[in-house]
Amino acid sequence: MSILKKVLVGALISTALVAQGAQAADKKIALVVKALGIGFFEAAAEGAEEAAKEIGGVELIYTGPTDTTAEGQIDVINSLIAQKVDAIAISANDPDALVPALKRAMQRGIKVVSWDSGVAPDGRMVHLNPSSNPLIGNMIIKLAADNLPDGGKVAVLSASATATNQNTWIAEMDKVKGDYPNIEVVTTVYGDDLFDKSYRETQGLIQSYPDLKAIIAPTSVGIVAAAQAVSDEGKIGEINVTGLGLPSEMAAYVDNGASKSFAIWNPIDLGYAAVMLSNDLIDGAEAEPGAKLSMGRLGELTLDDDNAGAMADPFVYDKSNIDQFKDIF
Amino acid sequence: MVVIAIFIVNSFASPYFLDAWNLSDATFNFTEKALIAFAMALVIISGEIDLSVAAIIALASTAMGYAAQFGAGTPELVAVGLGVGLLCGAFNGFLITGMGLPSIVVTIGTMSLFRGLSYVILGDKAFNGYPSDFAYFGQGYVFWVISFEFVLFAVMAVLFGILLHLTSFGRMVYAVGNNAMAARFSGIRVGRVKFLLFLMTGVMSGMAAICLTSRLGSTRPSIAFGWELEIVTMVVLGGINILGGAGTIIGVVLAAFIMGLVTFGFGLMNVPGIVMSIFIGLLLIGVIALPVLYTRLRRRFRREQVQ
Repeated sequence: MSILKKVLVGALISTALVAQGAQAADKKIALVVKALGIGFFEAAAEGAEEAAKEIGGVELIYTGPTDTTAEGQIDVINSLIAQKVDAIAISANDPDALVPALKRAMQRGIKVVSWDSGVAPDGRMVHLNPSSNPLIGNMIIKLAADNLPDGGKVAVLSASATATNQNTWIAEMDKVKGDYPNIEVVTTVYGDDLFDKSYRETQGLIQSYPDLKAIIAPTSVGIVAAAQAVSDEGKIGEINVTGLGLPSEMAAYVDNGASKSFAIWNPIDLGYAAVMLSNDLIDGAEAEPGAKLSMGRLGELTLDDDNAGAMADPFVYDKSNIDQFKDIF
Repeated sequence: MVVIAIFIVNSFASPYFLDAWNLSDATFNFTEKALIAFAMALVIISGEIDLSVAAIIALASTAMGYAAQFGAGTPELVAVGLGVGLLCGAFNGFLITGMGLPSIVVTIGTMSLFRGLSYVILGDKAFNGYPSDFAYFGQGYVFWVISFEFVLFAVMAVLFGILLHLTSFGRMVYAVGNNAMAARFSGIRVGRVKFLLFLMTGVMSGMAAICLTSRLGSTRPSIAFGWELEIVTMVVLGGINILGGAGTIIGVVLAAFIMGLVTFGFGLMNVPGIVMSIFIGLLLIGVIALPVLYTRLRRRFRREQVQ
């Protein structure tokens, strides 16, 4: 047991050496993501850094749990409350479970903004939507329909069954299905934003629906897995993979034809706007319906009745512009 | 001693560590897991394992959410949570002792079964209509910064400590884990002891479900996902022999503090979560490997001395 103790103490002391002294900064803004190591959120962090530099005197803390769980994010929020940050800008793994933790943050004077994947209104002051949900819902089915003049069967590959934004977009897509009478949406499967599970679900779709014409994956992990599965199964040209993805990850599949086009907003802008909004709230801006908050170079965000606002329209990437964007994010 | 070291190192590393409210917040990330870890320690000492505990949380939480929709008050919700835990534990216990199936296989099966049922009931929806006084279990404070969960953790630590170390039942658990055959010949009803242990992990999972549901204020089928491995980690880190037969409750208590405070300390320094996982993984391997290496080295040393 004494050796064990020595090892433990040694390990702890080494962690202390890793730790840096507290930096002197006027404002501390935390950008909390669903999980670290996801390209989309790394790009958002880049935009957040840009905003922090532009504002000046801001210490940006980019953090998140190891896997996409609400429990992990609550631990992160607790440690941010303990560090007495000035604002938390979070992309939530669960709209309800984070509410008690974020409420406590607000009680202790911390400004809370949710962005990308939202938190229920009780748990945040402002929600920043990357785009409007109806526009995205319409966009993902339109991308499939535009490449299917004769119509056909289409399947949806989503993230987890509890993912807030994917569920909202699919619901919005269902509302406008009537505008695309040739398109038959046959099923929705869940890849949990894990590459291997999404890949297997796609293989399952290809086997279950031999005449499938397109797969809509409104998730940056799922769309890559689906495109890879379609390439591996030799279905390029038969099944078009579309949805929402990152240009850097999708460039290869646009080149090989597995994906004719896909859409995404600019995550760099999203991280930038989230930090700008947090800063505006720290400076005393009131979050109330109808208020206009500053998003820096992106203009103003107008809040609706739920204190939510939309940043911009989704942008379509295809062979004509993919090379230009694939190095950016 | 280790816990004191963590305190000292962390308070140097981050100026925010030594703050009563912060330390109180920090306890929430291990109290619920520790409740189950106590019962799990007994199960592992008896030579079995229960991997379905996190799934029992999900099912118990789902059942509570379902009951809340029909207007169940806080006492009923607690009864439902503990009751579902008890039933799940009884089901595990029946399959393992009644049918004589290996516990690792049975509980991997029931892990999928219990969580699967939650997914069937909830799908992509969430229950969140809990009565306001239900929030006490996961968000309430008994006295100043001492949370209800922390008190529950302390009481359960004492109760399980007494049960394992001071009662004849506790001695039976060790006997079963050391040599089930010998235990049977000495008159211990091995099956019944094991059945009771699985009932215990079930009930403690139900209790953790009440605390976690109350703390989150909502239920989704993905609740407590992956906790079974963190709980087993806590137990093994606490010096419980994974092969059965040895270990103490105080070890588990210390392991709970170590995991909770190290995680919180890392969080304060904004160390990415993956680094924490690596650290906990290394810690675990170290705890298992060191005693083995130590005895091996000592044996070799002695042999050399003899020669």
